[in-house]
Formats: sequence, structure tokens, C-alpha cells
Amino acid sequence: MNKLSTIRREWLLLAIIAVIVLAVGARAPVFLSWRNSMDIANDSAILAILVMGQMGVLITRGIDLSVASNLALTGMVCALVGRAWPGANIIVLLMLAMAVGALLGSLNGWLITRFDLPPIVVTLGTLSAYRGAIFVASKGAWISDQDIHPVIKGLPREVWLGLPALVWFAIIVVALTGVFLNLRRAGREIYALGGNPHAATYVGISVPSRLMLVYTLSGMLAGLAGLLWVGRYSIAYTELAAGYELTVVAACVIGGVSIGGGVGSVWGAALGVLFIGVVNGALPVIQVSPFWQQAIAGAVILISVTVNARSGRRAGRQILERASGTVERQGAAT
Amino acid sequence: MKAFNTWERVLLGLLVLLLVVFGIAQPGFMSPEALADSTFNFSEKGILALALALLIITGEIDLSIAATLALCSLAIGYAMRAGAGPGLMMLAALATGIVAGGINGVLVTHYKLPSIVVTIGTLSLYRGLAMVALGDKSISGYPEVFSALGNSYVGELVGVKWLIIPIEFAILCACALAVGLVLHRTVWGRRLYAIGANPVAARFSGIEVDRYRLALFVFAGVMAALAAILLTGRIGSTRPNIAMGWELDAITMVILGGVAIEGGRGSIVGTMLAVLLLGLLTFAMGMANVTGIVMSMLIGVLLIVSMVLPRMLPNLKVRFLRLKSMAGLAPKGQTP
Repeated sequence: MNKLSTIRREWLLLAIIAVIVLAVGARAPVFLSWRNSMDIANDSAILAILVMGQMGVLITRGIDLSVASNLALTGMVCALVGRAWPGANIIVLLMLAMAVGALLGSLNGWLITRFDLPPIVVTLGTLSAYRGAIFVASKGAWISDQDIHPVIKGLPREVWLGLPALVWFAIIVVALTGVFLNLRRAGREIYALGGNPHAATYVGISVPSRLMLVYTLSGMLAGLAGLLWVGRYSIAYTELAAGYELTVVAACVIGGVSIGGGVGSVWGAALGVLFIGVVNGALPVIQVSPFWQQAIAGAVILISVTVNARSGRRAGRQILERASGTVERQGAAT
Repeated sequence: MKAFNTWERVLLGLLVLLLVVFGIAQPGFMSPEALADSTFNFSEKGILALALALLIITGEIDLSIAATLALCSLAIGYAMRAGAGPGLMMLAALATGIVAGGINGVLVTHYKLPSIVVTIGTLSLYRGLAMVALGDKSISGYPEVFSALGNSYVGELVGVKWLIIPIEFAILCACALAVGLVLHRTVWGRRLYAIGANPVAARFSGIEVDRYRLALFVFAGVMAALAAILLTGRIGSTRPNIAMGWELDAITMVILGGVAIEGGRGSIVGTMLAVLLLGLLTFAMGMANVTGIVMSMLIGVLLIVSMVLPRMLPNLKVRFLRLKSMAGLAPKGQTP
């Protein structure tokens, strides 16, 4: 619609991140060191993978609150498999993680499309259900460092071409998501159905199969993130990553992905991730209590959606403000 | 909008089933003392659920309600440290709730933002502020009045020994009655349904939609403050993670109670039945030594099943009729 202003918005976010980096760097030069930036990149990598899946879901007007539980359940499954089967290799485990994640995600998709249920409620239910399944699978026990399979622990510590493996995973996932959403037909159809589900049906887009696709992809990426998370922190337990789904949604919202559907770019979402990573990395460096993290994330979400809504309305005013507003409302109400 | 409908009957049936099954299987479950004490575990959540039911019927949602509760509890603690009496402490909680809810409401109505995004933001913000203020410390040593409010029974209050209804539960029932009467017996209540069904049409028919929305968010803040007073009194201390994740529990109660997440449908009777059902189920499972996390898993499954079943029942009915007609049992003209 208004490509110019969305581009400007993302540059603004980039500028804000740059200002934070420089300001913190001026106070504490250690913040600008290679080592510290790799720490931030490693911390952001898993978030970036999750955000790419969540973005696809948000674009279709849905939401996937079960990602963190999916991540933890898949991570636990991988840790259990690794413990029971010492000969496992990393390719098989990666496949397993993505398959389990995709299965859990497709269960969300199936419930949403088959029974026409609201995504927020379905994923709220699976959020608790998957979390409980971890307890059932592990019988409540922690799987700690010495029981995690060495290849799972080894993967996040690998360095390829000067960059940590986690960062490569994130780059590949972001690049593939970018290609998928911008250049593939199915990706464009996801934007179309998010913009107006009725119109999308009329032009022959199979809405249920596209919804199925985004939830399965979101689950698959959550599964991948689960394996990486367990490897990075080398622990698996029931409460792993509890509440992380809100951080994922927050990164999307900060990156300009609209909860109302149809709007959002890979580039913006990646910047949203970077923003959260930089802020979380900066707080300890400038000796602000890490308790501020959550409050800052909340304030930033509110500010960025308010700014978004303002710019969106100004752009919409030029052509038939009321008509477009009404259509959107009706779409949202059905 | 009828207050007692098919779904409410289903819930009532489930509740009776639950009481019968656990009454037989779990000795001690059906004793009046046990049942009365079980209400302690869900009274505060039920109060949050009442406010959420109104919001969801109107097509909005408040995910920050438990974080607001934490802020209110914090306000009680800080008021006590500042030397305020119990009355002032409660007022401080109430004021905090009104401000927190008001911020949500203004963002939703004035800036035209979707309430789910706003309240995800304020959830982080409010909970984060509580964390910043308290860190890993806690406030305790509240006056006797609070503990009495949270822990004692109506009977002790009025001097009738056998009346073992907890004060918390009595307050929940009073709130439910008031909210139910407003929703089902007044023009305001009917307008909430109209707004939830179609906000644009409601606006065109002369309902001040935004004023109602703002009022409901403030009301959610007030209910959070009330729940904060009771919860703080009951557990006797304030921590930044007080009532963490309760928003999801309360929403589950509302949805299970038959309120449509897209707005426009639902009743307070259903919500209260779901509050009782979930509360007693949790209590019964606790008596049967089921772990908390497994309970929440079962409740998650119950939430999904409760939505899937009504959508499958018509299909089953159609199939059943078709089978009947094929067998030549149904007279012609009745086949679907």
C-alpha cells in the first residue's frame, strides 16, 4: 500500500538501534567489541528463528502462542532421544527436531482450519497442553549437562567461516523466509489472505491450506529452535523458555508486523529481533538492573504500535478512509 | 442473549458429573469443609474472569489483567510502608487498578489500537515495573484485616458458627450477581453484546462504543485491584511474580464458559459455572496427587475439546439422521 512509509519506518528502527549501540558503546567501549556483539548475535539467533515462523502466522491474522511450549517439548524430545541413543548424529537430530515441531504446529493448524476455531484460543490451549506433555515425557526430571548428547551441545559452539553456527542458522532461516514470502506464490498468497481473507477466497486462494502451511512452518522453526536452545544452554526441563512466546510476539510487533494481518516484512522483523537483542545486551553493560528488560520491551511495543497506527492512518486518509476502515472491521469481526 | 442456554446446561451436567465421580472416588471430597476450602484456590481468578467475560463479549481482551493485579498488590505494599492504614492501602490498590486499566482503555479507544497488542505491551510493562520496583525481594507483614479478608469465613464475621463460606467466595458471588444483572438485565449489558457482534453497526445505531470500551478496561482494573486485595491478604506477601500467568487461566475459564472469543456471545452464568468446574476439577486433581503442570495440561486439552465438541455435534446429528434415513427409519422429508 504505502511502501515508502514502511521503508522509512524500518530505517527509523535501524537508526534507533544504531543510536543505542553508539551511546552504550561510548559509555562502555567493551559493548562494541567483537566478542560482545557475537554474544548478542548468539542470543538473538534463536529469537530470530522463532520470529520468522511467528511472522508468517501474524500476517494471516492469527497468532501462535504455543511456540515456546513447542520449543521446550521438542528440545526435551531431542534430549531424551540423544540420551537413549548415543550413536545419534546431528543431521538426524535436526530432522527429528523439525519433524516433531512441524507435527505439533500442524496440530494447531488442523484444529484451526478443520473446526474453524480462533487461533488465539487454540494455541492458548496447546500452550498448556504441550507444556504438560514435557512433564509427562520427562517424568518431571531435569536433563542436565552430562546427559545431553555431545553433538547437541557441540552444534551451537561450532564456528563456520568466522561466525557461530547459531548465527548461520538464523541467517539461513531469515533468507529462506524472505525468499518464500516475497518471491514464492504461496508466500504472496499469505499476504493476500491476511489483507482480506474473503477477497483471497474469491480469487481462488485455498485459505485453509495456506493457514495449515504457516502453522506447520511456525512449529517446524520452533522445533529447530528447541534443539538449538537445548544445545546452547545444555539443559532441558519442564519450564524451559516459559513465557518466551510474548518476547517473540513483541519482536514481531516492534519490527512492524501488524497483528491485524497482511503487513510485515522479514527485514523489519529481523530488526525487531536485533532491537530486543541489543537492549537486553546493553542493560548489564551500562549496569542497569536486568529487571528493566521486560518493562522496556513493554514500553517499546506500546510506542511502536502507536507510531505505526498514526502513520497508517495518515496514509489511509488520502483514499476513502471510512470505506477501507469499515471493510477491515467487518473482516475482523467475522 | 439468554443467560441459561444449551452450553450452560452442558456445563452444569459436567459439574454434576465431576461432583458425583470425585465424590465417590475421592473420600473426603464431598465434605462441606473441603468444598468450602477449595474455593480459596479460584475465587481471585474468578473475579478476574468476570471482568474478562465482559471484555471478551464486547470483542476486546485484556492480557495485562494479572500484571495489573501485581501492580495493585505492590501499591498495597508501598502504601503500608508509607504508613497508611488498611483503608488507604485498599484505596491505593483501587487507584492503581483504575490507572492501569485506564491506560489500556485510552490506548485502545483513543489511538484505535487492537486490544490484544496493547495489553501484550502493558502486560510486559506492568509486570516489568513490578520487577523493577521489587527485584527479588518481597513485602510482607500486612495488617490483620487483610489476612482476615483473605482467609476467614463469613460465619466468623457474623458470628454464626456453621456458615463456613469463605469471605473471598462470598465476594466472588456478589460480584458475579452484580455483573450478571448488569449484563443480562440492563440496557448497558445489551449494548455490550451489540458492540461485540458488530462495533461499526453499534456505533451507527447511536451507542458510544468507545465510552463503553474505556469503562470496561477501567472495570477490569478495578476487579484486578479487588483480586489483588484478596490475594495479598490470603498469602500475606507481595512478590513481583504474584499471579504470574493467571491471565491465561482466567481466559480459559471465560472461553470454557461459552463466551465466544470473537465477541457478541456468552453469559455470566456460563462463566461462573466454568469457574466452579475448573476450580473444583483442579482441587479434586490436587487431592488425587496430580501435579500442577499436568493439571494445566488437562485444562488446556479441556479448553480445546470444549470448543471442538459443539462444532462436531451438529455434524454428528446430520450423519445420524442420514444413517436413519438410509435404514428407512425416518419418514421422507425429514432427511437433511
